[in-house]
Amino acid sequence: MLSQQDMLEAERHGKQVRSIYVYEAPVRLWHWVNALAMVVLAVTGYFIGKPLPTMPGEASDNFLMGYIRFAHFAAAYIFAVGLLGRVYWAIVGNHHAKQIFRLPITNPHWWSEVFFELRWYLFLEKTPKKYVGHNPMAQLMMFFFFTVLAVGMVFTGFALYSEGAGLGSWQDSLFGWVIPALGGSMQVHNLHRLGMWIMMTFVLVHVYAAIREDIMSRQSLISTMISGWRMFKD
Amino acid sequence: MTETFYEVLRRQGITRRSFLKFCSLTATSLGLGSAAAPRIAHALETKARTPVIWLHGLECTCCSESFIRSAHPLTKDVVLSMLSLDYDDTLMAAAGHQAEAIIEEVKKKYKGNYIVAVEGNPPLNEDGMFCIHGGRPFVEVLKETCADAKAIISWGACASYGCVQAAKPNPTRATPVHKVITGKPIINVPGCPPIAEVMTGVVTYMLTFDRIPELDRQGRPKMFYGQRIHDKCYRRGHFDAGQFAEAWDDEGARKGYCLYKMGCKGPTTYNACSSMRWNGGVSWPVQSGHGCIGCSEEGFWDKGSFYDRVTDIKAFGVESNADTIGKAAAGTVGAAIAAHAAVSALARARTSHGQPEKQEEN
Repeated sequence: MLSQQDMLEAERHGKQVRSIYVYEAPVRLWHWVNALAMVVLAVTGYFIGKPLPTMPGEASDNFLMGYIRFAHFAAAYIFAVGLLGRVYWAIVGNHHAKQIFRLPITNPHWWSEVFFELRWYLFLEKTPKKYVGHNPMAQLMMFFFFTVLAVGMVFTGFALYSEGAGLGSWQDSLFGWVIPALGGSMQVHNLHRLGMWIMMTFVLVHVYAAIREDIMSRQSLISTMISGWRMFKD
Repeated sequence: MTETFYEVLRRQGITRRSFLKFCSLTATSLGLGSAAAPRIAHALETKARTPVIWLHGLECTCCSESFIRSAHPLTKDVVLSMLSLDYDDTLMAAAGHQAEAIIEEVKKKYKGNYIVAVEGNPPLNEDGMFCIHGGRPFVEVLKETCADAKAIISWGACASYGCVQAAKPNPTRATPVHKVITGKPIINVPGCPPIAEVMTGVVTYMLTFDRIPELDRQGRPKMFYGQRIHDKCYRRGHFDAGQFAEAWDDEGARKGYCLYKMGCKGPTTYNACSSMRWNGGVSWPVQSGHGCIGCSEEGFWDKGSFYDRVTDIKAFGVESNADTIGKAAAGTVGAAIAAHAAVSALARARTSHGQPEKQEEN
């Protein structure tokens, strides 16, 4: 959880085994299912707001918007249930599984690591450090641009879904209050769409950083999310 | 004394015999037994109709215009038979001090037992001087009149949300009724104006059952505002099929395709237009070929263009739509990533040439 601890762990293990089991199977499975759900959500969500060109023929022969919305809602349920499962795993899983849900903001050492990583990304540090879990900078980004945003997307998304599910539905009971709280249905639609763009921008950075660090840092990243093992290169 | 229901029925030519038969039938159909029939008759003979005071604040009278066009029930039946519209400065014959005296009289005589219907809203800036009612700021009259009321009906977008006079920058600080009056049941009936039958429907419900209708989170009667325009729209089939009008004069528009892409606010608007329609069920905006503008939604003047689907977000000082912000952010970050990747590659090339693969331990 703490990078200092990670460092020690990495150093200790690194000399002997050069690899550590970091991401347990449920975390890895969730990561890829979630990634797929997000791709479906973003693409279908884009076309719900800005639909495709009009369909020819009779209305009864077509159901394009219906299918697009179905895919969006199905992926949304997978995304939401996955998030719940991930929260559960943060509780029962290893300490790396807790990283994206809590920031050690009271730890000054952690902050110095954040700034170290910032300098590394700004080419001001020549040599990267070793981290078993996320590097502190990545953890910070992950917390705000994934965890917090994902919860926001689930709340606004289910609030919008409750409009179709109707008054008295469980979606309405749990999330219906979001609509007046954020200033009406139109505003929630717009904020939900803005959230999609922020999430996609995060995905760009996430994918880039993963590939870059895989090449330039001293440990494996992409293969770790597949096998679960973090390999150390030196 | 206000007429009782019995007196109204007699005045309209219904015999006492028919009246008693009606009471027996009602008692039987409610499963109350024969003993209840005289009690129902007694209640209808003695119970005065509920007095209503209809106040006008900052408004355009479109709510009154809509109200007087109600077909089911006819407005004349509502006004003359069901309720006792004791004060409405637009409709009443009396004027001046005579008229104002009625408010005082109703307040005294029916303390805690009359309904205040408010059309328009009170402006609060300059001590309420932007709207004067009988020589006094409207906000004072409103507060006094509502003090002893049983319930308050906020007619239209003005009273419910503020409407155009409360649109940014709201120079008079026009304020919805529920933010001025507290501690009373307030029924919001938004719309600009609300549908006539919705207005008379709300009144009829309150008189018939002697209670306010079930309200949603925003204080609107669920029976009329429980669903979106989109949920009951007759063009919904075209929406699900993905058939849209792309311009006002294209083939899709002529064929009556969904107006979603033309900025229809049906999917974000709670109202009964698509099921009840307007002018006695003749038509309604979408049927006449124009998208819904969302007039019964809070702050609809400030929610961007009527003709855009993805509208401007006016929060945190931002005034741009989600797509503009999103594409700019993704584009900027994408460009930054490309540049960062290039610099990274250069840096890596330089270090691997300069000092081969030797990295110190830390």
